[in-house]
Amino acid sequence: MQREYDKYRKIARELRVSVLDMVYKARSGHLGGAFSIIEVLTALYFHEMRVNPKEPHDPERDRFVLSKGHTAPALYVTLAYAGFFPKERLFDSFRSVDSILQGHPDMKKTPGIDMTSGSLGIGLSNAAGMALSGKIRGKDYTVYCMVGDGELDEGQIWEAAATAVCQGLDNLIVFVDLNGLQNDDLTCNVKNLGDIPAKWRAFGWDVTEVDGHCFETLIPAIDLAKRHKGSPSVIICNTVKGKGVSFMENEVVWHGKTPNEEEYKAAREELLR
Amino acid sequence: MIRSFRDALRDSLMALVETNKDFVVLNADSARVLNLDIFKATYPDRIFCYGISEADMLSAAAGLSTTGIVPIVVGFSMFVTEKPFEQIRQSICYPNLNVKIIATHAGLCVGQDGATHQTLEDLTVMRSLPNMKVFVAADAAQTTAAIQAMMAYKGPCYLRLGRDTAQDLYESQPEFRIGGSDLLRDGGDVTLAACGLMVDQSLQAAELLAAEGIQATVLNLYSVKPLDEQMLLAQAQKTGALVTVEDHTVLGGLGGAVAETLARYLPTPIEFVGTQDTFGESGTQDELFQKYGLTAIHIANAARRAVARKATRT
Repeated sequence: MQREYDKYRKIARELRVSVLDMVYKARSGHLGGAFSIIEVLTALYFHEMRVNPKEPHDPERDRFVLSKGHTAPALYVTLAYAGFFPKERLFDSFRSVDSILQGHPDMKKTPGIDMTSGSLGIGLSNAAGMALSGKIRGKDYTVYCMVGDGELDEGQIWEAAATAVCQGLDNLIVFVDLNGLQNDDLTCNVKNLGDIPAKWRAFGWDVTEVDGHCFETLIPAIDLAKRHKGSPSVIICNTVKGKGVSFMENEVVWHGKTPNEEEYKAAREELLR
Repeated sequence: MIRSFRDALRDSLMALVETNKDFVVLNADSARVLNLDIFKATYPDRIFCYGISEADMLSAAAGLSTTGIVPIVVGFSMFVTEKPFEQIRQSICYPNLNVKIIATHAGLCVGQDGATHQTLEDLTVMRSLPNMKVFVAADAAQTTAAIQAMMAYKGPCYLRLGRDTAQDLYESQPEFRIGGSDLLRDGGDVTLAACGLMVDQSLQAAELLAAEGIQATVLNLYSVKPLDEQMLLAQAQKTGALVTVEDHTVLGGLGGAVAETLARYLPTPIEFVGTQDTFGESGTQDELFQKYGLTAIHIANAARRAVARKATRT
């Protein structure tokens, strides 16, 4: 496995560089929260998920919903590297008129996107609907959903958390990107939700906590969650917002800021180091 | 005969099981009040209760529909249109997903529950959403026809029903076309363009008007979006004056849709019968229709005003 994990680390590094390139070229986009979910996306699309880039609508496929839709660059880069569309698209049209790569994920425009998202709080319910369909039809696909920790402020997340348990959706696996920051400030200063794993446990979820940047813990956690039966699983991913670029890490301002030329060069150099 | 909207909804869903294996019914703790107990008992694997979590329910409907299942979301109008409005916009209309929303308890006809439950803006907000189709049923037979037409169409639809009962307007199940309308009475002096419970009131108004020599056309504009523009323009051309009639605000609903079309193609005097930028209150349906100006007498008065304006234009 070690060799495989090394391969994923290499992919994750390339994905981060491409995210930086696309946001810099578009002069717009959200870097911080994109960098914090790169390892999870890499683990999903290059290891766990049953998807076929040649058949993005295969009804038997696993699904992924990026509920924290503003970090779309991370998903676009992952999908392009996984072969859903040419990598050139990442750099020539993101956030532009007529582009297949909208500011937030659009299932009708981008091959490989399973659900349109962007307004926070909604994606977990969408994913639970997909998982319920799998139960109704006896399909064996898994539905994955990524939510932000800031996004947990939304009441709808907890509506969906209750629903998914009541419906016994053990084919649903949620990742919480616990990077501790949101748009304005630290999550604990904006709206302190306290013990987040305890909250999910109290709702009846199977809860695991991992280092969200470490494949050695992340991938076994996903495998365990897949085998868990009877209730949905949540993997709380301890992450670093802006991960990989020292001056962006844990800095609130890098939620949605675009780097200038100097910052871009420094960030790129550090990521490639 | 007077029949219940909710019974028509229940019977339509029961019948739908025979022809459509891909639909499920979603509700938010309202199956009993919607008379769906028998559906729940007969087809327990086809109906899902979300608890009182409408935002979650509409978003889950979107997720379900991405897999080919057709969710029919049922509930009181306020709670399946305006409360989860953003979820409908983001998750259903923007990706143009095949979700059906069927709402009872729309309008002042809700009665004694009062203003919080009297949804008077649902047509306005639903028709403002790209991809959304918006229908209003005027009686039980049209409810059944509407549900069949919605299920045959792929894309988001909203069907508005009254709370309680309606006088039968159709002897048998009428044809229901997306973008269609029904000419129920033909007259040359004024067009009464109505939907829902107001169609019956408009037919009564036409009788009152006929007694004084004013011949009214009565049009059931059950498809608020898309609107039957061809029919509307033909009647406007013929009668030269219109009254729109709805148990709904006059701002942006049926009246708005009609006015937009006529302003664009054939400016014609229009009077708007509906609630006049106000909330409702508790009371019986009849008391509220009387107080807020939604009776046959009010419609006839509006028709006379429209006809008078026609005269001063020439």
